[in-house]
Amino acid sequence: MTASDNTQSMLISLEKVEKWYGAFHALKDINLTVRKGEKIVLCGPSGSGKSTLIRCINVLETIESGQITVAGRVLDGSGKAVDAIRREVGMVFQNFNLFPHMTVLQNCALAPMRVRGMGRAEAETLARKYLERVRILDQADKYPAQLSGGQQQRVAIARALCLEPKIMLFDEPTSALDPEMVKEVLDTMISLARDGMTMICVTHEMGFARQVADRVIFMASGEIIEEAEPDVFFTSPKHERTKTFLGEILAHH
Amino acid sequence: MGPIGANEFLFILHGLKWTALLAIIGFIGGGVFGILIALTRVSKSPAARATAAAYIGLFQGTPLLMQLFVVYYGVALLGINVSAWLAVAIAFTLHASAFLGEIWRGSIQAVPKGQTEAANALGLHYVSRMKDVILPQALKISMPATIGFLVQLIKGTSLAAIVGFIELARAGQIISNQTYRPLLVFGIVGAIYFIICWPLSHFGTALEKRMAKAAR
Repeated sequence: MTASDNTQSMLISLEKVEKWYGAFHALKDINLTVRKGEKIVLCGPSGSGKSTLIRCINVLETIESGQITVAGRVLDGSGKAVDAIRREVGMVFQNFNLFPHMTVLQNCALAPMRVRGMGRAEAETLARKYLERVRILDQADKYPAQLSGGQQQRVAIARALCLEPKIMLFDEPTSALDPEMVKEVLDTMISLARDGMTMICVTHEMGFARQVADRVIFMASGEIIEEAEPDVFFTSPKHERTKTFLGEILAHH
Repeated sequence: MGPIGANEFLFILHGLKWTALLAIIGFIGGGVFGILIALTRVSKSPAARATAAAYIGLFQGTPLLMQLFVVYYGVALLGINVSAWLAVAIAFTLHASAFLGEIWRGSIQAVPKGQTEAANALGLHYVSRMKDVILPQALKISMPATIGFLVQLIKGTSLAAIVGFIELARAGQIISNQTYRPLLVFGIVGAIYFIICWPLSHFGTALEKRMAKAAR
């Protein structure tokens, strides 16, 4: 691979990123690059900074130092850079965060209308396309509260896809779900992965990690401790903290 | 003692018309400015937040009666000749905007933070974020308190009598002085206030109960 290929296929890069919440050092010297089409699973104990890390990528959190580049755009603190990056990055939250006063279809059509300036008809056509994609089109006219958690999360995925992002961020997408609904959401994510979407997933679903991840990254205390392909990561973790964590996680599954 | 006939009754109803108009003007004017106050109160700028807080504090910390006086005579002192109508409308708008602003400030902050984050992640800008996502939810949360304030406002319009305004309470006083039947006249006036305010209060309470149930 030549140098130019390398930069072209690079979608996300974090260099020496530092983040503080007051006196709490949330992210310590984070360096990470993600190529186009790569699937990254981010795991670690709670409070390890994994959610904070992905929230920095679409500027839901600001960083104290370091540089973040997304789809060739450097996050320089300008509103334009923030807008440009948010257009390329979709995000799915632990608690879905659907808009409760809008129908499923309206939830999905809002951003295309307001951000991409589409007319209502065009935006709704697009919304239907992605609702079909997550196999929930039949619920388009319902309100979020009328759906199960798994259905709501699939709507949230469709809503993010409606901006046709290059990157999808998942922040513990199955943690708030009843066990029987986890699979339908993971299946949707797996099918997205198969279509070549670039994804960073904060999750403890190790089965999912084994199945789709190109790399698994383990974080603790705001640092990236270990980074490896899933096979290596699960069978021969190097660090003591990774071993302890895997022991705890896998004991539950 | 004089009789209370159709004329007296019409006079009282005439007063009711002004009471209703005053309340509506106060509520609409207060609503429009109240949203601005609420948005300023939750803005990013500390100076703007402090200014809005001071405004709210000023109007919540002084009697409505005094606010009416200050606006009525204060505007005249500025050399602007305004009718009692305009002065009272301004005073009620200022008063209502402070109270509604504070009620809605609380409601905006009661909308879960995840809603703002989802809107931000979708790239929605301030206007859309507020208009499409936050305010519709905040307004719903605020309904019981907003209706409660509307009832206060309707009753508060009786204070406009002090600057020579003949609304419902003042109309009752005039008829009472003419007929020497204060108990009967004020009984009627009170009943009219009650007929307007009680269903509103009841509606507000019902909404509150329904929302408490939905939140469970």
